[in-house]
Amino acid sequence: MKKTYKIDVDCANCANLMEIEAKKTAGVKDAVVNFMTLKIKVEFEDGVDTKEVMQRVRENCKCVEKDCEIFL
Amino acid sequence: MNAKQKKNLARILIAATLLIALNFVELNGVGKFLLYLVPYLVVGYDILLKALHGLKNRRAFDESLLMTIATIGAFALAIHDNGDYNEAIAVMLFYQIGEWFQSYAVGRSRKNISELMDIRPDYANIETDSGLEQVDPDEIEVGTVIIVQPGEKIPIDGIVETGNSTLNTVALTGESLPREVSTGSEVISGCINLNGVLKIRTTKEFGESTATKILELVEDASSRKSKSEDFIAKFARIYTPVVVICAAMLAIVPPIILGDWQTWIYRALIFLVISCPCALVISIPLSFFAGIGGASREGILIKGSNFLETLANVKTVVLDKTGTLTRGNFEVEAVHSKNLNFDAEKLLHLAAHVERYSTHPIANSLRKAYPNERDDCTVEGVEEISGRGIRAEINGQVVSVGNEKFMEDVGAKWIPCQKVGTIIHVAVNGEYAGHVVISDAIKPHAKESVADMNCAGVEKIFMLTGDSEKIASKVAAELGIKNYRSELLPADKVNEFEKILSAQSSGKVAFVGDGINDAPVLSRADVGIAMGALGSDAAIEAADVVLMDDDPRKISRAIKISRKCLGIVKQNIFFAIGVKVACLIFGAVGIANMWAAIFADVGVMILAVLNAMRTLIAPK
Repeated sequence: MKKTYKIDVDCANCANLMEIEAKKTAGVKDAVVNFMTLKIKVEFEDGVDTKEVMQRVRENCKCVEKDCEIFL
Repeated sequence: MNAKQKKNLARILIAATLLIALNFVELNGVGKFLLYLVPYLVVGYDILLKALHGLKNRRAFDESLLMTIATIGAFALAIHDNGDYNEAIAVMLFYQIGEWFQSYAVGRSRKNISELMDIRPDYANIETDSGLEQVDPDEIEVGTVIIVQPGEKIPIDGIVETGNSTLNTVALTGESLPREVSTGSEVISGCINLNGVLKIRTTKEFGESTATKILELVEDASSRKSKSEDFIAKFARIYTPVVVICAAMLAIVPPIILGDWQTWIYRALIFLVISCPCALVISIPLSFFAGIGGASREGILIKGSNFLETLANVKTVVLDKTGTLTRGNFEVEAVHSKNLNFDAEKLLHLAAHVERYSTHPIANSLRKAYPNERDDCTVEGVEEISGRGIRAEINGQVVSVGNEKFMEDVGAKWIPCQKVGTIIHVAVNGEYAGHVVISDAIKPHAKESVADMNCAGVEKIFMLTGDSEKIASKVAAELGIKNYRSELLPADKVNEFEKILSAQSSGKVAFVGDGINDAPVLSRADVGIAMGALGSDAAIEAADVVLMDDDPRKISRAIKISRKCLGIVKQNIFFAIGVKVACLIFGAVGIANMWAAIFADVGVMILAVLNAMRTLIAPK
């Protein structure tokens, strides 16, 4: 399953860092951060709770870039 | 400017003013240090906090942490040295200016580009007892009648129930000529109604309507990342650690041998300032985003940054003839009876009957030429033979309509025609009756578009067609196309295309078609371009690049836009990496100072962003 969320992040490299972190999160199959449209597209693994996974994605992203935000 | 940008701008201005003012005051010792600390903290407190956050998470190569080390290091050297704190504060100040500018420029370009694609309708009018009511188009169900007044955007695709008007389609197609619509016309969302009031019965939901689909497509496009973006993202990942490690070595190794710790630590700090990757990273997605935005303004939808990149490397263009170079509207040009039992009228009559259920353009033209086709004749056992024609039983007689091969199959002695065009032979019960000549006009700008493509650097142009050799050679000669393949069945087109692909030694191969029956070739091509796709979901689905109207000149425009965009991307990559590497080398040997490092970081970013914005201006 794929879902798109709005994000807020200031710099392009931070967006790349967020993408790496999101990809590493358990339950995430793939993730693409689009810095220009400020969106993250997440492909989840089968049968996971997307809300719970997105919480983890958000936490992980906040670790690398304090100022970033994912609107869940 | 949003609230965050305003606040940061204020911080930058206050810190800059303070710093300048402090330079006019005679200060010494601890007092001087504390006073100079004020602008530093004003402009850099958030970076310091982020650095702590980075430390806590053990992120050694965190940008803020590196900036903090560089500036605190510069402070320490200044205390030890001469008490000139300007440099340390300036590094932080300019770093923040760079961050601010980046945020501002990206925000602006986001806005600019979304304005370019200003086709999103905000509301739909529906008629209620108390007059017109504006509602959210998302709530309109299929089959609702909506009212569009002059000057308003059509919110949802539909069919005109009543009313006449002209529509401005420029936002969708880039074509400024208005389109006339009247009762029964299909209209698509995103067009602007120019004069009359239109009552439209919707045929789609808002989410499925053309305007929404196009917007989604353009917004999604920058998620498909190009090779350049991947390269720079990977480069940034290696770049920062390498520079930081070099900085550490520079601070330790040379002074052990040569002494003079201060000089080498200063040079190491220069490295840290240059180690930030943002200047490299920002300009690439920005260029692609602007390129895709600029193209969409002209009615060229590019479905991904990766396709923009491929398009720029196109050396060979393969064109489908019908619908791409020619109008695709076949018309009956002549009817030649070759059998006394069947005069021209009767010949056309039979042919039209056989083609009753076919949707092929040729069938349409035959039915158009014989409008009273739906009479009381019986049409039974319609059978389509691929690559041959159609056979049906009309009033008990077997009528075969098709090409020469079909005539030979049924044993009819067919007679060739002198006219150039698609010759449709007709045989009744195996006896030859005559033929119908159908021709297709070349599009007005087709010749120009072939010349344009050659100018744009396309080395080879091929034309593929299912039509006869005679027609193909005539069209090819008229358009100046040297390579063509004729008499291809749909499956042959894929094979022929495979051959062209495998013969290609360098560069990419594009295929241009109308997206209706050439989906296999479109998907096989390095980049598949569908033409005249306005309102055709299938074509939008199948292609990588979608030309909203059917003007073939758009092919070379698309190639030119992508070449310009890729050119700017390359300039930015070489410029940003070049300046950084040069500054690193000069910094290591002591030629470049901290100010040069700031330029390498912030100046380069500003220039790269400005250069990226050039992509918005489409080349002539």
